[in-house]
Amino acid sequence: MVVSCEEVWREISNYLEGDIEPGLRAAVDEHLRECKHCTAVMDGTRNVVELYADERMIEVPVGFDQRLRQRLEASMPRSRPTSYGWMVAAAAALLVVGSFEVANSSSFAGNDLRSEHAQPGNRVPANLQVVVTDGRVFHVPECTAIHHKELERTMVAGEAVREGYVPCTRCLKKYLTNVAASRRLTPDVLFAGTKVDGQARAAAQ
Amino acid sequence: MPAEAASLDNPARKSNEERLIRRIRNGEQELFYELIRPYERRVYATAFAITRNETDAEDVAQEALLKAFKHLDQFRSEARFSTWLIQITVNEARMRKRKERSSMVEPIEDHQDDEGNYTPRDFADWREIPSETLERKEIRQKLTEALSELGEKYREVFVLRDMQQLSIEQTAKMLNISTAAVKTRLLRARLMLRDLLAPGFGGGWSSQLSFAKGNKPW
Repeated sequence: MVVSCEEVWREISNYLEGDIEPGLRAAVDEHLRECKHCTAVMDGTRNVVELYADERMIEVPVGFDQRLRQRLEASMPRSRPTSYGWMVAAAAALLVVGSFEVANSSSFAGNDLRSEHAQPGNRVPANLQVVVTDGRVFHVPECTAIHHKELERTMVAGEAVREGYVPCTRCLKKYLTNVAASRRLTPDVLFAGTKVDGQARAAAQ
Repeated sequence: MPAEAASLDNPARKSNEERLIRRIRNGEQELFYELIRPYERRVYATAFAITRNETDAEDVAQEALLKAFKHLDQFRSEARFSTWLIQITVNEARMRKRKERSSMVEPIEDHQDDEGNYTPRDFADWREIPSETLERKEIRQKLTEALSELGEKYREVFVLRDMQQLSIEQTAKMLNISTAAVKTRLLRARLMLRDLLAPGFGGGWSSQLSFAKGNKPW
């Protein structure tokens, strides 16, 4: 197949794109070997394609990015907290609630991993009969600080501790103080792991 | 294909984009900057190629990106985000040109005809151009000026296909013309650019370019 210069020019784009059937491609190659003008046109066109494809050809004016941001920001809804903001707030709230839950959870309160001395009411005799209601505190049955007596359940102190209940700072403090007095022990020892106020300590002493 | 265009096809990038788009739709609008950053230059280049004016190009690019933000919920993930952005930019730039024309007494016509063969005018031997050439601002300027001399319909096709690396089919769809028309206009755009640049690269700029014919440093 022999092709003319005009035919070569017509096929230059397809040739460069590789979108040309093999017979025609061979004929163009044959023509290029003989024709200086067509070779110049082919080379130059290839250069055009390569040069303009280079990303360095794309220049943006100085300050383009900053002006773009300003314009976009001016058009974006303002003062509406983003869901990201909400997510942060929600996560923080969960963390706080979670901390309370963890602090109060039976898994921690009765956690055997904690040291013996850190167990709340660890000095309360395990077989002492106590009562619980809807709170997180266990009492001696005659305690005056029991709320919701209709929900009262009776159990032994060891069981109450395992379920996550903590000793009532009034009745059990008084109980343990009395026991301590009778055994000449200090409330600090008796109340290891529980909060003891100064008055109770003084009373115990 | 240049490195940038190739990296834009990266599946990891696509997946990251999809994640960003979901988060933006859910209210994290500040992430939009991150989403568009890789494409800002391409959007501007497309706008510039059509408007041929820096001020208009910047305005069109901003408008296009703003529209993309406002209509992000209309983007379908089966499309490529970059193509979607370029489409919006092309539409915006064309609209701007139409407005300009309607305010003129005589509309600007593209004098070059699609039909009939194009005959190259210059046969200067240009040969290979090292890519370092583009480090030189005056060369980039010459290329930009040459592109600006093309009629709009040739410029559009050339920019989408040869600068934005869209396929022939994507270019046709974006401009709402046939693939045959894309091929014809693309050939003509390339040949015209070669004619415009050949005198310079083939000898006219030889006093400025150390790599010019007969004096190649490599």
